[in-house]
Amino acid sequence: MSTTTLGTESPAPRSIRIQDPHLAVTFPRVVRSEWIKLRSVRSTVITLLASAVVVVGFGAVAAAVQTGSITPAGGGRGGQGFGSDPTGISLAGVNLAQLIVAIVGVLLVTSEYSTGSIRGTLSAVPRRWPMVLAKVVVLGAVTFVVQLVAVFIAFFAGQSILGSKGVTLGDNGVLAAVIGAAVFLTGTALLGVALGFLLRSTASGIAVAVGAFFLLPGILSLFSTSIQDDIRPYLPSSAGTSLTSVTHTAEYLNYWPALALLAGYVVVLTGGALLRMMRSDAT
Amino acid sequence: MIEVVNLSKRYGDTLAVDALEFTVRPGIVTGFLGPNGAGKSTTMRMIMGLDRPTTGHALVNGKPLAEHRAPMHEVGALLEAKGVHPGRTARDHLLGLAATTGISTKRVDEVLELVGITEVARKRAGAFSLGMGQRLGIAAALLGDPAVVMLDEPVNGLDPEGVRWIRYLLQDLASEGRTVFVSSHLMNEMAVTAEHLIIVGRGKLIADTSLADFTAASARNSVLVRTDRQATLRSLLVGDGVSVTEDGDGSLEVTGVTPREIGERAAAAGIALHELTPIRASLEDAFMELTGDSVQYHGSPVHNHPAAHQHEEQAA
Repeated sequence: MSTTTLGTESPAPRSIRIQDPHLAVTFPRVVRSEWIKLRSVRSTVITLLASAVVVVGFGAVAAAVQTGSITPAGGGRGGQGFGSDPTGISLAGVNLAQLIVAIVGVLLVTSEYSTGSIRGTLSAVPRRWPMVLAKVVVLGAVTFVVQLVAVFIAFFAGQSILGSKGVTLGDNGVLAAVIGAAVFLTGTALLGVALGFLLRSTASGIAVAVGAFFLLPGILSLFSTSIQDDIRPYLPSSAGTSLTSVTHTAEYLNYWPALALLAGYVVVLTGGALLRMMRSDAT
Repeated sequence: MIEVVNLSKRYGDTLAVDALEFTVRPGIVTGFLGPNGAGKSTTMRMIMGLDRPTTGHALVNGKPLAEHRAPMHEVGALLEAKGVHPGRTARDHLLGLAATTGISTKRVDEVLELVGITEVARKRAGAFSLGMGQRLGIAAALLGDPAVVMLDEPVNGLDPEGVRWIRYLLQDLASEGRTVFVSSHLMNEMAVTAEHLIIVGRGKLIADTSLADFTAASARNSVLVRTDRQATLRSLLVGDGVSVTEDGDGSLEVTGVTPREIGERAAAAGIALHELTPIRASLEDAFMELTGDSVQYHGSPVHNHPAAHQHEEQAA
């Protein structure tokens, strides 16, 4: 049989369906959708809370080590590993928390690809970009709020443990460093989101995130001092060092340039994520 | 209404969809038939705007899906696989989708009721059986009260009760004036559900026909006759609307005359018949015949014995 086309028209269908003018995709609605999705997966919520616990807990432990009330295994008087800046000591947990929030960001996106739910998401929002930006807005806001609370608790707990050696929020650069810690963790989570969209795979997303935040500084130390000095300030993790420091040295960028650097990373990678999302097939 | 115009999709060297052109009309169930790998799912993904066409375009209710204000109100789709985060409850999954378009929580509970999973709505989807997952997927498709409902192999993995349920659901949706487009690789399933068929093979359109026309064209009722005196019997039977073809193994396939008549005439002429079997070609056979050349992955070679109805699903 060759291709046959039926010419007869079916009777006009009786339509009982009414167009509902209230139904429309809007950006705030897509943001609400992403908020529902984020809070309805228990592991995401638990991991985000875990990152806050790490920030508070590690800060307190570092402060206790500094005062000598906790002695690290292997003896010694302790404290050296965290430097002598009381603010930095109380924010010691940021270093580990950055990895956790980056993974939350990656998973928020790659779980949609691994479960296939991306098809439903993009069927509802076929213009795609609102969904990408909504994920950025929701995870950005949630991470910032959670981490802002965490870093302040970590700061106050740390300073009260340090006692007379501690600082107050009113001291020069301290408030900026504490808020900077929350900002840095937020930026890190958003880099995770962008990596998730760019790589679409949990394994490679996490691998790249770990590489960028933990391995690059180590790899860099293999190079000559002059190369290290040229590159080190611009690593993503160095932005974190700058943003959480009260005093700034020539080794790292100052506070505002570091903030611009972090924002630059987020904007460029998110732009890449949008481009990939708009151009390629959904799955 | 779905309009597909010169739609092609190339993956590397493979042309998965090849210049497809068809229209799916409202008010009836249209079956999208073809062997596995014929490009049905790819075509549906392109209609949903998920895959970018290499050439051509697909319109839903007159526009590309992305240009509609409320895409979920235009088309609801169940595409292959579950597509639900296993850690999320069924209800939260639907609430997340509903929120994008301003669909009410009341509607979410309505569709949960409609597909019969209200009792497990607050359970995590990871614990769902295949059938419950399929029902959740259909709930998601119906969430936006869509004008077009598109389902990719909806009966896959369902128990007989579930299959029946889908069948009635599709007919109800069509009778409400919606466009219903359902893919399957099983002709028999479509024969009881669809009113119109779009048949594809290797990405190409093979037929765009009503089920009635397809059935009429493929109704090929014949009788298998075995005898030692073939030539004599043949000369007794041929003429006015009766055709006799010789099969390779020495039997005759006779069309246009009843088995009773053949037996009577043979007896009158003193011819001994060794076999006299009525053969009714199924729609599945007709479908297989039509798509035979376009099946991409052959199982064992299909031996084309006319009486062999057993290999109905062999190429599936």
